[in-house]
Amino acid sequence: MVRRLIPIVLGLALLGIVTGIAVVMIVFLGQDWGDALFWVFAATMIGSGLLVVTMRDIIRCGLAMIVCFGALAGIYVILGAPLIAAAQVIVYIGAISVLILFAIMLTQTKDAPSRLVFQTQAIPAAIASVVIAVVIALAIAATDWSEAAERVRVATDVMSHLLFEQFVLPFEIVSVLLLAAVIGGVFLAKREPGGPS
Amino acid sequence: MSDSLDAYLVLAGILFAIGSFGFLARRNAISMLMSIELMLNGVNLSIVAFGAFIPELGAQGSVIALMVMAVAAAEATVGLAIVIAIYRNKRTPLVDEYDAMKQ
Repeated sequence: MVRRLIPIVLGLALLGIVTGIAVVMIVFLGQDWGDALFWVFAATMIGSGLLVVTMRDIIRCGLAMIVCFGALAGIYVILGAPLIAAAQVIVYIGAISVLILFAIMLTQTKDAPSRLVFQTQAIPAAIASVVIAVVIALAIAATDWSEAAERVRVATDVMSHLLFEQFVLPFEIVSVLLLAAVIGGVFLAKREPGGPS
Repeated sequence: MSDSLDAYLVLAGILFAIGSFGFLARRNAISMLMSIELMLNGVNLSIVAFGAFIPELGAQGSVIALMVMAVAAAEATVGLAIVIAIYRNKRTPLVDEYDAMKQ
């Protein structure tokens, strides 16, 4: 019982620290709501993303992934793209996460989570991912984004005009792609008559 | 902090790096698919950030991000179907036991 409470207490403590820093940013440092919310969402996203790739129980990994996607939807709202945030909630939290959770329930054996989580190449993989993050950060810091002016708010009507006039061919291609994915998924996952049980 | 393009791009890069670590290091096939979703979300965040900060792009960044989401949904469907089909034959979700093409 106590061992089950430890991760919950740790999670609540981390959330409290993050919210506390946000309150300090608003009240004492005089920054605005956008900065504080950006901090909260970014910390939640990175933290739950790390939990997704490190936790032992894969069901909890899936639930942490939902938290990560929700925080990312909040960041889209701060960026001024509310339609993308809505699509993020509907597509990722509503559809893909449920699909992944069902696949987890269909494929996990009882002893799977208790054994080794990582492959033998975990340490080279960790080094490689840290190198990727550092290289991306250095490239971003070294490049002069002088084009970056005031932030653009994406209005929904502007975006729908663009989507159904200039981008109408990719839109239709995406519908065909989704149809192909549905048929392919059903075909791959269906049981062969007379095949292995 | 929330008014600079660099912050969003660094955030997207960190998310992409976390996803690449999970893809390279996890043993479970579904964990690898979840890591791919994290990487796609990192790329999507950078696309939306570029669209929000560069006026010439305007709403085009958001439209491209919607396309990426649709492709990610298709990828998740087919990938999970493949994992379930393999699981039905091999009875394990761990990728290092999928060695049929090594022999």
